[in-house]
Amino acid sequence: MGFFQTNLPYLLAGISTGGQYALIAIGYTMVYGILRLINFAHGDVFMCAALMVIYSASFLPLYISVPLAIIATALLGFAIERVAYKPLRTAPRMSAMISAIGMSYLLQNLALYVTGGLTKYYPPIPYISDSIEIFGAMTKRVTVITPIVTVVLIFALVSIIKYTKIGIAMRAVSRDFETAQLMGVRINSVISATFVIGSLLAAVGSTLFFSNYTGVTPTVGGMPGLKAFVAAVFGGIGSIPGAVIGAFIIGICENLIKGLGWTTFSDAFTFVLLIIVLMFMPTGLFGEKTIDRV
Amino acid sequence: MDSNKKRDLAASVILIALLFLIITVLEQLLPKTSMIFTVLKKGSIYALVAVSMNLLNGFTGLFSLGQAGFMLLGAYTYGILTIPVSARAAVYQYYNGGIVQFALPVFAAILLAGVVAAFFAYLIGLPVLHLKSDYLAIATLGFAEIIRAIFQWDKIGALTNGSNLLRKFPIFHSTLFPFAVSAVCIGIIVLLINSTYGRAFKAIRDDEVAAEAMGINLAHHKRLAFTISSFFAGISGALLAMFQTTVQASQFKSAMTYEILLIVVIGGVGSITGSCISSFLFVACSEWWLRFLDNSDTFIGSIHLSMLRPGFRKVVFSVVIMAIVLLYQKGIMGDKEFSISKIREKLKKKKAEDE
Amino acid sequence: MKKNLFVMLVLFLATALIFVSCSKSSESSSDAKVVKIGVYEPASGDNGAGGKQETLGVQYANYLTPTVTINGEEYKVELVIVDNESSNDKAVTAASELVSKGVSLVLGSYGSGVSIAGGDTFANAEVPAIGITCTNPQVTLGNDWYYRICFLDPFQGTVLANYAKDTFGAKKAYALAKLGDDYSVGLCNYFKKAFEGLGGEVIYETFPEGTSDFAAYVANAKNNGCDVFYSPVSIEAAALIIEQANTQGLKMPILAGDTWDSNVVLGAAKGTNVQISVTTFFVEGSTDSQVTEFVDGFKSYLASNSTALTNNGGNDEIAAVTAMGFDAYYVALEALKAAGSTKGSDIQKILPNVTYKGVSGDIAFDENGDAIRDVAYVKKVDNATGKWQFVSVQSVK
Repeated sequence: MGFFQTNLPYLLAGISTGGQYALIAIGYTMVYGILRLINFAHGDVFMCAALMVIYSASFLPLYISVPLAIIATALLGFAIERVAYKPLRTAPRMSAMISAIGMSYLLQNLALYVTGGLTKYYPPIPYISDSIEIFGAMTKRVTVITPIVTVVLIFALVSIIKYTKIGIAMRAVSRDFETAQLMGVRINSVISATFVIGSLLAAVGSTLFFSNYTGVTPTVGGMPGLKAFVAAVFGGIGSIPGAVIGAFIIGICENLIKGLGWTTFSDAFTFVLLIIVLMFMPTGLFGEKTIDRV
Repeated sequence: MDSNKKRDLAASVILIALLFLIITVLEQLLPKTSMIFTVLKKGSIYALVAVSMNLLNGFTGLFSLGQAGFMLLGAYTYGILTIPVSARAAVYQYYNGGIVQFALPVFAAILLAGVVAAFFAYLIGLPVLHLKSDYLAIATLGFAEIIRAIFQWDKIGALTNGSNLLRKFPIFHSTLFPFAVSAVCIGIIVLLINSTYGRAFKAIRDDEVAAEAMGINLAHHKRLAFTISSFFAGISGALLAMFQTTVQASQFKSAMTYEILLIVVIGGVGSITGSCISSFLFVACSEWWLRFLDNSDTFIGSIHLSMLRPGFRKVVFSVVIMAIVLLYQKGIMGDKEFSISKIREKLKKKKAEDE
Repeated sequence: MKKNLFVMLVLFLATALIFVSCSKSSESSSDAKVVKIGVYEPASGDNGAGGKQETLGVQYANYLTPTVTINGEEYKVELVIVDNESSNDKAVTAASELVSKGVSLVLGSYGSGVSIAGGDTFANAEVPAIGITCTNPQVTLGNDWYYRICFLDPFQGTVLANYAKDTFGAKKAYALAKLGDDYSVGLCNYFKKAFEGLGGEVIYETFPEGTSDFAAYVANAKNNGCDVFYSPVSIEAAALIIEQANTQGLKMPILAGDTWDSNVVLGAAKGTNVQISVTTFFVEGSTDSQVTEFVDGFKSYLASNSTALTNNGGNDEIAAVTAMGFDAYYVALEALKAAGSTKGSDIQKILPNVTYKGVSGDIAFDENGDAIRDVAYVKKVDNATGKWQFVSVQSVK
């Protein structure tokens, strides 16, 4: 019991960060599955979602501003794809990735300009920001809510992908881009849908993340973004359950490492894990065997 | 053609000599605190690291994002080895003066900075170089982050000074110094690219399978390119340390690698002269020319521009970068090099057309 | 079309250049004699909020006293403000920008790391600098051009260690610093040394830059059975630590250094049960006429200037760093008067002899260029009202 008591706070923190990473990781894994593009700007979309809530909450009630921000984030994701990635569809893969880096740079600098470089604090959301006690460990209610929300959203997403028309189109495109196009799948709308869904989930993740850790700075999206990407690679890129499991593993391990006193390496650990995965199982936990597309 | 090449070589030697002459004159004329020297110094350092990245990304087709990590290794090697023994107690104040109790001459330390970076690159290259494009990018990025964490670890602080600044090492005062070092290093890279190795690198970039079929040892050549590129990144790291007068691991973030990558892209992937030109432009824009955008007291006529305030410079700058990335995917130079004879040919053609 | 865009781009850059030259010419066209004082402060990044408050102090002083008489001639004082972005690598370029604009001397910075990083640039250009609240010993050590008007970290760390032991009877302390931040790492080291000297035990940890999740650190402090939580970090992190401490119901008192004397901390702690004590340079409650004049004057300045009010964090609570910035400006004027010149090297020669009685106490320099100060004020947060409560004046025994 003593051991459990000591480690429970880390476990709880781990589960909640894991859930938040999972919601970001889905955006990465879906985009990568379809476009073979590491969307470096995704972490910054996550940050923008938080800023939108902060600014809109200053003149709107929270129950309007949060949904509004989530919708606006989805639009942002859509716009980013149209502006930065669509013109490069036929260009080499590296160009699109550089465009993603440029987009991330732009979003960060915009946020820097808007916030004036100061940390903004997320408004406390009633109920989910309250403190609660679980087996003697104090935490915010959002810690418990996060995994539930994550799982529900993922079931919804998986059923969309399995049963709806757009979902089937997505799977077709990710399996074979060109053939799907030949079969009459409207590539552009599929890709847009992917970005919209990914950004929606990132926005939900951002609400959960910043209710727990309230400081928003322009670069706050960078690390969670990279970690979520590592989670996606770890789970097998393109696989949604894989990304979710990977995210939870990373979130929990990271917090346990902090608990062990190795705080200097809490970020580096994620990358060690990444390199081990890439070396020994390049397709991750649930990835399909890669087809080398020459 | 051959005479053209010779003429080009002579022309570039003259151009470079002219450049050095201009800088010498400038240093005599302008106060040495002028911003232009800051830009020139930093620009020449970034030019070297951009060219070294171009060697990987542009000429060998290896998409690596580990440049900041190798610069860190170079900067730290230089700093650790050259801090005068008398200053060590002050710099390593929390670690009883550190464990390194000697100081090397500047040039030996710069060279060693490259060697250490190259050595680590060799080790890192063993597991990751067989990875494909973006996986390689993310793995090298990860390694850079790991190196950064290790250098900040307080348990080895007696060597690295933990997360504290390294300083008091010898620095350069003249702009000519980084120019000369960078010019020599870039010259070596150009020679390498024009050698059989360089041709093998380009073959790998264009088609790995075909290159292997032609008898090019893929693993060997990739490792070679990776190690050499890191060697020069290490040297530029040492120069950066000298330029900044202090060095700290926390500055070598992935954002730094992205900046260098953007320089390479703006200059043109696969163009050495492009990388050089764009690094000066990039540094000048971000540090100097666009500064007025941050100044909220700028007026156009009598209109007060309320949108100008700190941070606006960076927004404008990143919009310009996005415009270049989207609209001029080939960058300033494409994959061509700046050469006198080509310009002459063009001029001749134009003349012929005009007539 | 692409060509057109390219032309536009070139035109844009050209206008940019014209602007640069314009703004320069407009500066030189004014006929009154001008002396430039550089303000080397962060306006963004981790220390942005604190840097802005410190700059406010300088600006307010400049607003009150916009001219200085040097050798019988009246000079207009122009503040040249740059943002060093709280980052050691940006600091060098910011410093060289100040130097290239021809400032006579430099004030700043908030945060020791940037001061150490920029110090050599000022020294090489022979521009003297007066540190306002950079408390790390390394700032002035071995740098003849850097002076400062604040106390030092070994002193501050010791004061807090004594305070932790005497007031809270602490035996075990948890010290948290930010990785790569000279200020907090240094302060934790001195605290550790002093606290262990008093027979205590210290658990020392660091968090990497960009951390927003402090749950594990607060849990570590609790699990190790510590009696005090010592975290002299930037106020951006402070707000998050307080938030997390409140969430987890942290019962041990939090101690911090001068950075936490800020209304951001007050705002975060208001209405919670987190106990916070800080050491600082200045308390508002003094009855000295100079202090009350400053306090009242500054508050009405804030009320009349909305930008200043925003920079102060939206309310009129006076941070110690503002008072220090205010004093630093007058020290700079004293130095200019005494030197009788606007040349950096002349000012540097005279600086060791400059003394000034400011709102934060008497200011004089020792042979290192450090301020001779041997008292620090201890304040704590009143959680109900969200105001500071004066606790005691501490000096090292």
